[in-house]
Amino acid sequence: MGFEGIGAAVRRKEDFRFLSGRGNYTDDINRPGQLYAVIKRSDRPHATIGEIDTKAAAKAPGVAAVFTGADLAADNVGGLPCGWQIHNKDGSPMVEPPHPVLAIGKVRHVGDPVAVVIATTKQAAKDAAELIVIDYQDLPAAASLAEAVKPGAALVHDDAAGNVCYDWHIGDKAAMEAAFAGADRVVKLELENNRLIPNAMEPRAAVGDFDTSSGDFTLFTTSQNPHVIRLLMGAFVLHIPENKLRVVAPDVGGGFGSKIYHYAEEAIVTWAAGKLRKPVKWTAERNESFMSDAHGRDHVSTAEMAIDKDGHFLGLRVHTLANMGAYLSTFAPCVPTYLYATLLAGVYKTPVIYCEVKAIFTNTVPVDAYRGAGRPEATFLLERLVDAVAHDTGIDKVELRRRNFIPNDAFPYQTPVALQYDSGDYTATLNAALKAADHAGFEARRTKAVAGGKLRGIGVSTYLEACGIAPSAVVGSLGARAGLYEVANIKVHPTGSVTVYTGSHSHGQGHETTFAQLVASQLGVPIDQVDIVHGDTAKIPFGMGTYGSRSLAVGGSAMVKSMDKIIAKGKKIAAHLMEASVDDIEFKDGKFTVAGTDKEKTLTDISLAAYVPHNYPIEELEPGLDETSFYDPKNFTFPGGCHIAEIEIDPDTGVISVESFVAVDDVGRVINPMIVEGQVQGGVAQGIGQALLEAAIYDSAGQLLSGSMMDYTMPRADNLPNITVGTESTLCTHNPLGVKGCGEVGAIGSPPAIINAVIDALKDYGVRHIDMPASAPKIWSIIQAGRPKMAAE
Amino acid sequence: MPQVTLTVNGTPHTVEVEGRTLLVELLREKLALTGTHIGCDTSQCGACVVHLDGTSVKSCTMLALQAEGCAVTTIEGLAAADGTLHPMQEMFREHHALQCGFCTPGMVMSAIDLVQSHPEGLTERQIREGLEGNLCRCTGYHNIVKAIAAAWPLMHGKAAAA
Repeated sequence: MGFEGIGAAVRRKEDFRFLSGRGNYTDDINRPGQLYAVIKRSDRPHATIGEIDTKAAAKAPGVAAVFTGADLAADNVGGLPCGWQIHNKDGSPMVEPPHPVLAIGKVRHVGDPVAVVIATTKQAAKDAAELIVIDYQDLPAAASLAEAVKPGAALVHDDAAGNVCYDWHIGDKAAMEAAFAGADRVVKLELENNRLIPNAMEPRAAVGDFDTSSGDFTLFTTSQNPHVIRLLMGAFVLHIPENKLRVVAPDVGGGFGSKIYHYAEEAIVTWAAGKLRKPVKWTAERNESFMSDAHGRDHVSTAEMAIDKDGHFLGLRVHTLANMGAYLSTFAPCVPTYLYATLLAGVYKTPVIYCEVKAIFTNTVPVDAYRGAGRPEATFLLERLVDAVAHDTGIDKVELRRRNFIPNDAFPYQTPVALQYDSGDYTATLNAALKAADHAGFEARRTKAVAGGKLRGIGVSTYLEACGIAPSAVVGSLGARAGLYEVANIKVHPTGSVTVYTGSHSHGQGHETTFAQLVASQLGVPIDQVDIVHGDTAKIPFGMGTYGSRSLAVGGSAMVKSMDKIIAKGKKIAAHLMEASVDDIEFKDGKFTVAGTDKEKTLTDISLAAYVPHNYPIEELEPGLDETSFYDPKNFTFPGGCHIAEIEIDPDTGVISVESFVAVDDVGRVINPMIVEGQVQGGVAQGIGQALLEAAIYDSAGQLLSGSMMDYTMPRADNLPNITVGTESTLCTHNPLGVKGCGEVGAIGSPPAIINAVIDALKDYGVRHIDMPASAPKIWSIIQAGRPKMAAE
Repeated sequence: MPQVTLTVNGTPHTVEVEGRTLLVELLREKLALTGTHIGCDTSQCGACVVHLDGTSVKSCTMLALQAEGCAVTTIEGLAAADGTLHPMQEMFREHHALQCGFCTPGMVMSAIDLVQSHPEGLTERQIREGLEGNLCRCTGYHNIVKAIAAAWPLMHGKAAAA
């Protein structure tokens, strides 16, 4: 067996089951006597609901029940709660309208659930759902940010005047105004961050089960955080205490944020299982994913940078409209505020920043965190604005960035927008990326491309993000309704194997390998003796789940805390067994030794003594070797780096091909470089998708036009280049592993690198900005419209 | 209800199905072979790819009755009886070509057909174009392409390049 400790590219433990078809995803689970639920969804963007005629559906073959919002209300089922409260500029709380599980009175977006049919087969339920007749009275819809903020716009919720959920700001407005007044120049950019549909490959699914003998409920669900679902659904929606409700998230086929939130279908199948005393299963068809999974991004912003004559950034002013959709999803309000505006310093020492954000309701699917959540929006805005400054001043894009970087001796660095960065080296990641991308050789490649009839461009993005959420007291003061700890229970079993119970769910991140690698190396046991258990509230003490690149930084740190306790206890047992002072006991490579002697006990000697002792200090020490820890991070972590894209445009078609992509990231200490590389590549692919291909499109009436994979362009293998990944790490200073997180960096750094490259390729066409996606028709139109402004000579 | 008789992973089955039952529903619901996945319902994602008489097909895009008399191989039927992985499975593992695992069964089945149907060799471009019918949201395809390139010499009985 080769080296499998920290830093080794250990092949994944979970791969065998996935490669042989033995994964266990929610839709693979079938319970005895199971019924099937099909949701009747609104096909109207905005309408009042008159009568819902379910009589024919209820009589259809195989149908067990049809329920509507009235049935849930009669049973005291609550609405879906929001986990974060933002306050307005004047200190008043945001508007927080009710979010019923099944619509009551009105539907507010296409896909809003109205009724559920439960039958003996899925086909029977589908057939019966067609028989439900709903008397809708259509209302005008506010289908986009632009429409929703117009005077006299249709109101999504009667109590949200002007469709405003909140009007929030951060930063020192007076200082910003002074900085702008004293500036040599102001560079302004208006830009959109395109709305995306996450599209994890596994559609959401949920199976509710009710044990008629114990009265216990079990929910199997496609979730990134089963404990959070148990907490929200149990306490706020169905009023089932934790001791009667088990939530299991088995293998989950990708999440990217979209499986964080508590969704209506989870409550519906759990409630219906209790009502019908039979298991009830629901599996989304892909068109339901499009119209019911929380969407991502969707900002419209104005950004202005005040600069001096040398291009030093003096102040940044940003105004953003953020789309919330029709209801507030679990995390939605924090995304365009504390995960966005606080990131606007980026890697630059801009002394003054002021940002205003208005969150707006529209008749669209709720919008929430999608891979990166707020940080891609901040990064796109900032890195496009930096390139616009370079464009307008003529200063070299790379030199301009260097001139404004936070220097290495400035850490810890307090930004003007709340965050304090602990570590980083932005020059190192920039230099490494420039080298890997052969930036110096670019003009020769451009000349060659032009000779071949193509336009070629290069784009640089130097970005920073905040992850490892979150220091609980800090986020509590910012409106989070829960602390964001993570939990690890580690059991060293009597004969020395180890089980780790973690709240950090794995749905592609490879936790079963990385965490095993971490624990095996610290405890000195082989990796195949360490099992990682996640995703089951009946087994794991608690956990806040997987999002915000927090699993290693927060979940892994909880494991370190538990291992420290295990080793400390092991030392006491070893001291007793070897008749030595505990201060003389050392632990290394799985062995407890007495310093200066050849006496030693293995971890297995100690674990056996801990469980089945006949010689044990039982008066002073509880038997067992099983420790649980809650870890609350002291600060966010701050991964950052440099992404460089090189693209070619075919001027005849407007098609862009990404010729090369280099990502050099500072993710802190790397446990498994193979997994880090894979995470970055996957994130970059989603970022390229956002930049070039993907867009959720509603028509002006509020119909979702991009409602299937035939209409929404998912990146395919032949749309993407090979993605070169490097790491240049500085260590996080405040967690025990020095780790920062790698799950989102790819999706955060890449979109502006791509668009900056596109603008560079079109430099002779007078183009200063292009909104995403830079689709072929858009590029072709620019080329057709713009006569190249060639140099006069 | 009509019946269909077919062989799946070497085992003969005769199963009653509705006329509208899809092959993927037969596999998942009647035969409990849940390794084959449903990802899109519109024949775009390829999570449901199986081999039908040795050729890759999207099992969400044909009726179960159309498989009458056919030999179907699913992801569960690839590894040897002793658990030894098919070279494509082994290369997916070696090159970290899977993350959440949901697209993986369809991706592996498509990849095997792609390699088998190109005994003359495969360029990176051909591999990328050959994967047009399979979506992966996790990997960015980079490592999938590497895995398929690495499996080609193993499947065609040539030593892997050093």
